[in-house]
Amino acid sequence: MELKEKLVSSFIAFENQISLDNTFVHNMRTEAIKRFENKGFPVKKDEAWKYTSLGKVLKHDFSVFPKIESTIEYKDVQPYFINDIDSYKIVFVDGKYASHLSETTHDGIDICLMSAALTKPKFRLVIENYFNKIAEKDSITSLNTAFSIEGAYIHITKNKLVEKPIQIIHFSTGNEAALLLQPRNLIVVDENAHVQIIERHQSLTDNPTLTNCVTEIFADKRGIVDYYKVQNDKENASLIDSTFIDQKRDSHVSVHTFSFGGKLTRNNLNFYQNGEYIDSTLNGVTIIGNKQHVDHNTLVHHIEPNCESHQDYKGIFSDSSIGVFNGKVLVNKEAQKTNAFQSNNNLLVNDKASINTKPQLEIFADDVKCSHGCTIGQLDENALFYLRARGIPEKEATALLMYAFANNVLESVKIPQLKNRINKLIAHKLGVNIGFDL
Amino acid sequence: MNKYTEDDLREELKTKEYEYGFYTDIDSETFPVGLDESIVRAISKKKEEPEWMTQWRLDAYKVWKAMEEPDWANVKYQKPDFQAIAYYSAPASIDPNKTLDDVDPDLLAMYKKLGISVDEQKKMNNIAMDIVVDSVSVATTFKDTLAEKGIIFMSISEAIKEHPELVKKYIGTVIPTTDNYYAALNSAVFSDGSFCYIPKGVKCPMELSTYFRINQGGTGQFERTLLIADEGSYVSYLEGCTAPSRDENQLHAAVVELIALDAAEIKYSTVQNWYPGNAEGKGGVYNFVTKRGICENDAKISWTQVETGSAVTWKYPSCVLKGDNSVGEFYSIAVTNNYQQADTGTKMIHLGKNTKSTIISKGISAGKSQNSYRGLVQISSRADNARNFSQCDSLLMGNECGAHTFPYIEAKNKSAQIEHEATTSKIGEDQIFYCNQRGIDTEKAIALIVNGFSKEVLNKLPMEFAVEAQKLLEISLEGSVG
Repeated sequence: MELKEKLVSSFIAFENQISLDNTFVHNMRTEAIKRFENKGFPVKKDEAWKYTSLGKVLKHDFSVFPKIESTIEYKDVQPYFINDIDSYKIVFVDGKYASHLSETTHDGIDICLMSAALTKPKFRLVIENYFNKIAEKDSITSLNTAFSIEGAYIHITKNKLVEKPIQIIHFSTGNEAALLLQPRNLIVVDENAHVQIIERHQSLTDNPTLTNCVTEIFADKRGIVDYYKVQNDKENASLIDSTFIDQKRDSHVSVHTFSFGGKLTRNNLNFYQNGEYIDSTLNGVTIIGNKQHVDHNTLVHHIEPNCESHQDYKGIFSDSSIGVFNGKVLVNKEAQKTNAFQSNNNLLVNDKASINTKPQLEIFADDVKCSHGCTIGQLDENALFYLRARGIPEKEATALLMYAFANNVLESVKIPQLKNRINKLIAHKLGVNIGFDL
Repeated sequence: MNKYTEDDLREELKTKEYEYGFYTDIDSETFPVGLDESIVRAISKKKEEPEWMTQWRLDAYKVWKAMEEPDWANVKYQKPDFQAIAYYSAPASIDPNKTLDDVDPDLLAMYKKLGISVDEQKKMNNIAMDIVVDSVSVATTFKDTLAEKGIIFMSISEAIKEHPELVKKYIGTVIPTTDNYYAALNSAVFSDGSFCYIPKGVKCPMELSTYFRINQGGTGQFERTLLIADEGSYVSYLEGCTAPSRDENQLHAAVVELIALDAAEIKYSTVQNWYPGNAEGKGGVYNFVTKRGICENDAKISWTQVETGSAVTWKYPSCVLKGDNSVGEFYSIAVTNNYQQADTGTKMIHLGKNTKSTIISKGISAGKSQNSYRGLVQISSRADNARNFSQCDSLLMGNECGAHTFPYIEAKNKSAQIEHEATTSKIGEDQIFYCNQRGIDTEKAIALIVNGFSKEVLNKLPMEFAVEAQKLLEISLEGSVG
């Protein structure tokens, strides 16, 4: 049976199993599964999926509900946490919440579970106000909505500064031959609040997984959100990650995406600026090889005047890897004095690797500053020669130059321990033993 | 001193709305409206074409029938009803043994009005011209002078009769009939166009030129241009288009194929000034054109276009850089005003080694218009050391128009170097103020600034065209000062 049919037919069983008496969510799910049934999985004919085909990934016979209860010990997964920093942790194993690995709170702020938020009456108002409000109605997001039951629920109340970062980690144990996970996160940041979040998806074996994750973030007036996505999964793990961000006046939201691992990674990142003087930052570093495929699909919708957006995506592609960047900046007629900047720089290391990039501008206002730049090129041979003349072996010299190429994105990471970790990941990915935290 | 007041300007605008909007009353022989196999056959028969050509047309018609009209472009319009168009319209007084003197005096008068009197052209401008009215070639000047050099420049229907081997060898090789909806339609029903062949090593001594004009109401213009530059030759080709104002939307679906053999160079310039519709967006020409050139080793093709007219433009002059060391260039100015919509750009397909391409696109939108750049730069895995530079600048005038950029970049070779940059801006108040201060009124100041903005492209046009293009820019943007 094809995955689509399998999902559609298991929907009723799923709804019965979770015995949820919230009609609001029930209706939303029913509509969503209908949308998915109509549209099916995206295909290459869809303009947004022109360069990324899910065909191969969907061939696996994914189990939709993991049957076997899996337990893992902290020592098995310890390397995947950032340990040298105190943090809140929300950890899931095969889609189920793992309380012994987590550290949540209800002390003035809510850092807890989606399943709790969807069922407990005290969260009802927030859920009805925010849940699925800005998530796109496309097929892949609808699929997630239909099966959304678990994930992180974070609500930071007015004027709160969350003093330690929050780590959201999804593990898959590989107990199933192939596993489909559909986490759903909701993050509501009230006026003047500030939060830092690190998200990671990790398989523990080489069994194939597909994660279809949806995150909605709401930043109210003067709210600050720093969101970091670390994507360094096993070679058989695929990820479709859709993030929707609604910003109000004077808020600052930044999303950093570090894509080093996984088989196929698709990042849908959508910003909606619903207020004036908003600042949005979208940064990404992609370093991949072998037959990996990473696709960044971004949208910044400037709706109101006097806002800014900054996009900076760097990519290094070796072996037979494929990189895709599709960045869209949309400026409404009313959004005068917009300042939108977009840059996409790529290094092609190997002839078998390929890059497809499509930076789009759609502008309806006249008094704006919008620019985009896009380059594809190679490392400077003179710079390489300079380093080698000073006794640095070719491999290390290349790695140094590549690191320098990606550096301005790394500089904007605000958690030093995370920056350290990413430096190590980059060194590992480039196959060198250099501490980049110079 | 007579002061040029706003009232004068308004008056001028009223009368100047579309300078070329007149209709010449010549007897036209028009086929019944609609399209089926019999019409295709009839066109072919009318042109006294050989059997292979008729068959080629019919094959194209079959392909077209199975295709769907594309809707991916960023334009909105009422789809033309293809059964309500007359597919052949020839000015009746056509004579197979025509010389310039035989040309209908009415027609000549019409060109005079357009400012391109054939006589004048012949004597003064040293430009050989092929004039196409309502799809049929009316006169080709300078044929003899060109023939001395071995250059063939004639209408394509004549070429099919006189040089069938050349036409048969090259037609449809760059743009196959299956390429797209409008190319297929054109292949089936094209009624005329220009054919040009430059022999080996010949530098064409003058600019070749075609002037297109849709005269008859309810007709479509489907002309086909085939230009072959043999090894080591050079040609510069100009193309101009106008149509009288009409309320209904006229369709123009042309196909232009360029073939640059080893070390040949083709420079193709277009000034397109089809009727853009009136200020309310009524009428105007639908301009759905397929243009493509193929470059063999060391060859070069350069497209320059100034697009000021048409209600809807859908046009992507492209280069296939097949040979090693070949060069493709694209310089474009697209101006849209009122309700005009333009979706234009280029494709640079790098197949050979050491190929280079340059794209400079300037979009100017005013009024309620939408202006899009859509381009593709593709580097195949065998195209070592390919180099591309693209620059797309947009200028917005007023806040009811839109500027859009859709660049596609696909690289499959590590030695590729690609740069793309795009900016969007408006005319600065300080710039206008600076001009005003020096006694230049706002309208003129805008013309000046727009000219400066488009200079990189205007400079690429041949002299005569550059002057005309500058004028066109001014006319197109009149009344758009916000």
